[in-house]
Amino acid sequence: MSTSDRSIRERAPVSPMTVPPLQPGPLREGIRNPGMPLDLEWVQAQRVNRSAVERRAATLGTRRTVKKAWQAGWLLRGVTDMDLTTLSGDDTPGRVRRLCAKARTPVRQDLLEAMGVPADRVHVAAVCVYHQMIEPAVRALEGSPIPVAAVGAGFPHGLSPLPQRIQEIRASVDAGAREIDIVVTRGHVLTGGWEALYDEVAAFRDACGEVHLKTILATGELATLRNVARASLVCMMAGADFVKTSTGKEARNATLPVGLTMVRAVRAYAERTGYLVGFKPAGGIRTAKEALLWLILMREELGVRWTEPDLFRFGASSLLADIERQLEHHVTGRYSAHHRHPVA
Amino acid sequence: MSKVAEVFASMEYGPAPESAVPALEWLEAHGRAFGHFIDGVLTGSEGDGFECANPATGRPLARIRQGTPQDVAKAVEAARRAQPDWEALGPHGRARHLYALARGIQKHARLFAVLESLDNGKPIRESRDLDIPLVARHFYHHAGWAQLMEEELPGYGPVGVIGQIIPWNFPMLMLAWKIAPALATGNTVVLKPAEFTPLTALRFAELCSEVGLPPGVVNVVTGDGLTGAALVAHPDVDKIAFTGSTEVGRIIREATAGSGKRLSLELGGKSPFLVFDDADLDSVVEGVVDAIWFNQGQVCCAGSRILVHEGVADALERKLRARMETLRMGDPLDKAVDMGAIVAPVQLERIEKLVARGREEGAEIWQPSWSVPQEGWFYPPTLCTGVQPAGTLAQVEIFGPVVVLMTFRTPEEAVELANDTRYGLAASVWSESINLALDVAPAIKAGTVWVNCTNLFDAASGFGGYRESGFGREGGKEGLWEYVRPAWEGRGEAVPERPPVPPATAHRATDAGGLPPIDRTAKLYVGGRQVRPDGEQSLTVAGHDGLAIGLVGRGNRKDVRNAVEAARKAQGSWAGRTAHNRAQILYYLAENLEARGDELCQRLAAFSGDAEDARLELASTVRRLFTFAAWADKWDGRVHATPFRNVTLAMPEPIGVMGLVCPDERPLLALATCVASLVSMGNAAVVVPSETAPLLATDLYQVLDTSDVPGGVVNIVTGRRAELVPTLAAHDDVDGVWYFGDRAGSAEAERLSVGNMKRTWVSYGRPVPWLQDAAGEHFLRESTQIKNVWIPYGE
Repeated sequence: MSTSDRSIRERAPVSPMTVPPLQPGPLREGIRNPGMPLDLEWVQAQRVNRSAVERRAATLGTRRTVKKAWQAGWLLRGVTDMDLTTLSGDDTPGRVRRLCAKARTPVRQDLLEAMGVPADRVHVAAVCVYHQMIEPAVRALEGSPIPVAAVGAGFPHGLSPLPQRIQEIRASVDAGAREIDIVVTRGHVLTGGWEALYDEVAAFRDACGEVHLKTILATGELATLRNVARASLVCMMAGADFVKTSTGKEARNATLPVGLTMVRAVRAYAERTGYLVGFKPAGGIRTAKEALLWLILMREELGVRWTEPDLFRFGASSLLADIERQLEHHVTGRYSAHHRHPVA
Repeated sequence: MSKVAEVFASMEYGPAPESAVPALEWLEAHGRAFGHFIDGVLTGSEGDGFECANPATGRPLARIRQGTPQDVAKAVEAARRAQPDWEALGPHGRARHLYALARGIQKHARLFAVLESLDNGKPIRESRDLDIPLVARHFYHHAGWAQLMEEELPGYGPVGVIGQIIPWNFPMLMLAWKIAPALATGNTVVLKPAEFTPLTALRFAELCSEVGLPPGVVNVVTGDGLTGAALVAHPDVDKIAFTGSTEVGRIIREATAGSGKRLSLELGGKSPFLVFDDADLDSVVEGVVDAIWFNQGQVCCAGSRILVHEGVADALERKLRARMETLRMGDPLDKAVDMGAIVAPVQLERIEKLVARGREEGAEIWQPSWSVPQEGWFYPPTLCTGVQPAGTLAQVEIFGPVVVLMTFRTPEEAVELANDTRYGLAASVWSESINLALDVAPAIKAGTVWVNCTNLFDAASGFGGYRESGFGREGGKEGLWEYVRPAWEGRGEAVPERPPVPPATAHRATDAGGLPPIDRTAKLYVGGRQVRPDGEQSLTVAGHDGLAIGLVGRGNRKDVRNAVEAARKAQGSWAGRTAHNRAQILYYLAENLEARGDELCQRLAAFSGDAEDARLELASTVRRLFTFAAWADKWDGRVHATPFRNVTLAMPEPIGVMGLVCPDERPLLALATCVASLVSMGNAAVVVPSETAPLLATDLYQVLDTSDVPGGVVNIVTGRRAELVPTLAAHDDVDGVWYFGDRAGSAEAERLSVGNMKRTWVSYGRPVPWLQDAAGEHFLRESTQIKNVWIPYGE
């Protein structure tokens, strides 16, 4: 497999006529993003004013809030948007089975009953593991609608040889992963190698076949928001189903200004092509309050549709525990404790 | 379905009310009725008054007293009594009090915020996150200025008793902007809050008592415009500081004309919001939200005119409409609304009327699909397109959530459209090119220019207008000058009214070696040329012994008109020269003036009869020209330490075309001082020289010519002051007037300045120490206005 396999997606000629249309077309709901030819001019035209983006990000949570039943409803939505994740060197099949059990019943039955929410509707969106843990995870989730997502392509650095990275994706697909979270080569972004980035992601997409592709930008290593916007666009052009902020291993994780920049790229892509691409913030999201902020960001910038699990995910490991405590507080009126909720 | 299950599916927002209980309890504790706060005591609430209401419901909140002239007099009296001790308390003592006020506001921050939202209708997010924190910041910052007054303002003292009249759009913030600098510099105040929104001012009055502020230092008298008028009219008030409409500002200017009261006015605006094609459009959209839907658009500096590059106009409009759909309007105490209520029915009607007129004129009016609350006074966010520059919506300050969107093709056209207004309060410039943004910012006539941001405020940065948006600054060091006066400025001791110029009859005999002298002709000096007066008349000029020593042209209103035109033509390019170049020309002027020193001394002596004094005046004049030549490239601005990642540049800019009416005393030195100060800073001047000694001015024509002063930068119109000054002071293309002369003339100059709200500096017949060099900085301040340019950075 080489990059020449991406013949289905020809590169666009770089011409001054390829500016985004001013009038958006209809959204192509339900059709997977097939990508588009690389439009370098569009990539170069990205403008992100960091100070203005930070101001908007800082006021998202002061302009909007949800309380009481609304907060509980939003937090439950947050649970269903969750890629429950374990990405540790000491992961074992036993640990992954425990995580999968939690994925099936992320919130205590009695709490759901008290809130009047049917239990069968509340499960996490996916379980996210390393390649070696796909098989135990798939087995543990048998009979549930929860897919297994695998990180791949040299996660978290993305610096192993391209053929191996592609091979790893194929192996994960064969092992039963239905979603693949890959990392991009940060160097391509930092040096303006947009064609190389496009080719790389397109190759990953080919390797995925029908399996969904999430592209991790590792934004903490991309230096500027403009780079984040450009990289997001290139990944979507190359056929990404999701753009994702971080591996969780960078020094800086998902931040709201980065998220805002990415969802605006998602919106621009949808307006231009009609295709709906998902967004996944990951790394460092630990509290229910932060989860609400991210949901507010999605609802405000992209609309309610983009809070559904096929278009929005949290990559998180400890977030669920805090959400559970907040939900119990909603039910009982008393502040809760971690040990009152089953561990993952 | 349970509510939780329902929301789980819909992801709707629900109610998130901030509790009104503490504020309502405070109102109840006062029986929902308030008096004034005079001499440290809340007076009785019984008597004439009115209700203030909650704009979100229309229901009354409390009963407020209508302040009478007697109430105002009592308050002014208390302030006057308190002032000497307050001043004598000294910088550190006053700093302690201001610090206590800052802390006190923070300790009761939520009560102030809720009370503000109840009374004004603004969203609790704004009162909680913006208004009240800025109030505390303002008191902190000015506690610092109090502490530093002796070092930072040497030779200056307080003005005295300040009357302050504030609007309803930011009741508490405007109170802070007024009271903090006044108190810091040793003044005492009588504050009249707006009749719609007096509650936070009354709570603040209580706080003053709680933190032990001496009685009488702060007094609050509530009431409507009549109460304000009584305060303006009170003879023992030394200064009026007003924020509000240009219309009322104009009334106050006329009412105080000639009274000797200092005046600062922060008035209306129709601020442009420029969007270039390389801007981050998504951020621009949020900028528009902050520009025009902040506080329901009831913001004097609201970015109400979007000027966007034609190439991105459609994209921006589409994004704006989408954003407007997601704005949330409702109960101001709801923590998840973007917009609250309009302050009062009269304001709502005004907005409706103006938008209706715009529609009749052919504007396309667009509002989002959601409906506004039925109860209370609400108006939806509104986007107007298809508006011509002359249209009502493009010209009139609407003071509501209504924005017009117009297009431009080039940066030059953007600036032209931006400046196509009588106002000049603020502007916002959006571009990712620093070259473009910093080219445009100085070209816009406005006191504040925000680059890639909007409606940012801070105590360390001055805020105030150009043109009919008023004068004076609030905040920063530039704001302190409004509340101090120089020690050299005379207080009260008016010189007598100027006697009429005695007619000269007999001519002095001159000896030209047996021949008759060659007739000397002093014309007017306009646009760098000597021109005959339009009326073709002359005036005889007498020397100290009453004998005629020459003739000067008798200028009339057309000569003034021509001079102003010439000045306007010259001013832009003069200001565009480097300060170094302007300095060179002033030095050269000094050089050439001294070369003709003997002749000028003779002339001075002919008027004064004192040859020694003439030499002193000449030497002082040359020195003064050197002083302002020296200042030309040193009167530079500051970079304010505002609490954002940005540079806030406070840049002194020339005021523009200045009318200068010279005094009779020191006819050469006074003229040279004023002209040098004005032109050193890039202004152009139209000079009416001393009526008794005009030949000193006409003798300068050749000096100006030989010194490379460009034509039109200095224009001189001799003649009868009474005939020239009214035209000059009333001229709508003159940006400022200095009048040195008697009280009546000063009053007239101030009164006639209202047409375009000129900056005025008049002497009220008080002597000016022309020989003192120390006054130089004061002249420079009067020759410039500060523009603050906010430039956030970060890639």
